[in-house]
Amino acid sequence: MENKEQKKAPLRVLLGKPGLDGHDKGAKIIASLLRDAGIEVIYTGLRQSIEQIIAAAIQEDVDIIALSILSGVHLELSRKLLYELNSVTKADLIPVIIGGVIPKQDIKSLKQIGVAEVFPVGSSFDDIIKIFKSYEQKKV
Amino acid sequence: MPNDWEEQLDGLKQGSVRSMARLITWVENRRTGWMDAMKTIYRNNGQTRVIGITGSPGAGKSTLTGKLTSTLVEKGYSVGVIAVDPSSPFTGGALLGDRLRMKTISTMEGVFVRSMATRGALGGLSLAARDAVKIMDAFGKDIVIIETVGVGQDEVEVVKTADLVIVVCVPGQGDGIQAIKAGIMEIADFFVVNKADREGADQVVMDIQTMLSLSSQDNDIKVPVLKTVSTTGQGIPELVETMSDFLTNTEKTPKKTENRIREELLVLLEKETARALRKNWVDKGLLDKAVENIISGERDPYSIVQEVIKTSLIN
Repeated sequence: MENKEQKKAPLRVLLGKPGLDGHDKGAKIIASLLRDAGIEVIYTGLRQSIEQIIAAAIQEDVDIIALSILSGVHLELSRKLLYELNSVTKADLIPVIIGGVIPKQDIKSLKQIGVAEVFPVGSSFDDIIKIFKSYEQKKV
Repeated sequence: MPNDWEEQLDGLKQGSVRSMARLITWVENRRTGWMDAMKTIYRNNGQTRVIGITGSPGAGKSTLTGKLTSTLVEKGYSVGVIAVDPSSPFTGGALLGDRLRMKTISTMEGVFVRSMATRGALGGLSLAARDAVKIMDAFGKDIVIIETVGVGQDEVEVVKTADLVIVVCVPGQGDGIQAIKAGIMEIADFFVVNKADREGADQVVMDIQTMLSLSSQDNDIKVPVLKTVSTTGQGIPELVETMSDFLTNTEKTPKKTENRIREELLVLLEKETARALRKNWVDKGLLDKAVENIISGERDPYSIVQEVIKTSLIN
């Protein structure tokens, strides 16, 4: 029962929904998925501004910011978020992961902007968990 | 103390929100050096007043906390919020959704909201939450609100030492007293009947008043029962007024301070001794050995524990 693994502090993830998406079914599924993987998920709810997401991420001291975007404006939102986030966090960056309705051809641009990982429609649950859990190793 | 702790403590002193957030994480995780850091933080503790808000799930605690916070900020106070939600005892994961009901306050100047999972029993939620209060105090928060579901010993412990405890009830939950099981009734300084625009609110108010009149506690203390609709803000100004009267009148009671210190010290002592003993046992393989001895019939759990208490705790 007792081992080093269990004592490790749980990963904290902020799950945000920026912009004007009408529903958050996908975000809620991901939230449950991450919770069941032993992660502490802080969910912000729908229609959050970039400022609200950054404030929440700082106050909650999360290890990852995960955004669910269905509206098609993922490039604009990501660019704005990363620009503002990085100017607040300076050297001590918080990685950003994006999922939702993301066309395959945009993945490269998102990564160039500085997004750490992208999960378009059709990503497998196993892959998603694997990537999130890989950040546990990087935790001090 | 390691340098990175010093750096965050300096940050805290200079008013860095990120340092405050980081310190809460590290202390909650019991990262090496946390006790030394808490010593420094404790010395810088000042005047923060702590408000505990508890009540059954769905009573509207988060929405109420949000409304209270924005009203207090408008009055010029700087406010910290600790919102507690349960961890899964199976996976250790948690879905912390209290921010969802506090959207408007998260970017307000002077507001800091932190979600906290109950985690395992060994960490001790009450300790983690109180450490977070102390960190917010050292940062300079005037008021810290701790919001938690009032079920289970640990949650009651969290709010028990608050300067003011508000128990939130709602109409439509059985006879209205279902939500106020033993333990909760005694800790309430106020009752708030939320969702008071719903049918049956007055009945809940009456039920609570009846319960209070029957209680064996000091009858000189009048426990207020207030009605609110936190989604619209109805009743919030009255609640804030009653709160500030209460806090002013109870400003300096040495008895309460003494009780709080006694309670905090006992919990800290219990948890940390248990943690140190457990770590020692696991690291040195004593646990495995003891289990072996019990299975083989050489020893029994009681004599082993008796021996540990004698050798490591007495003298």
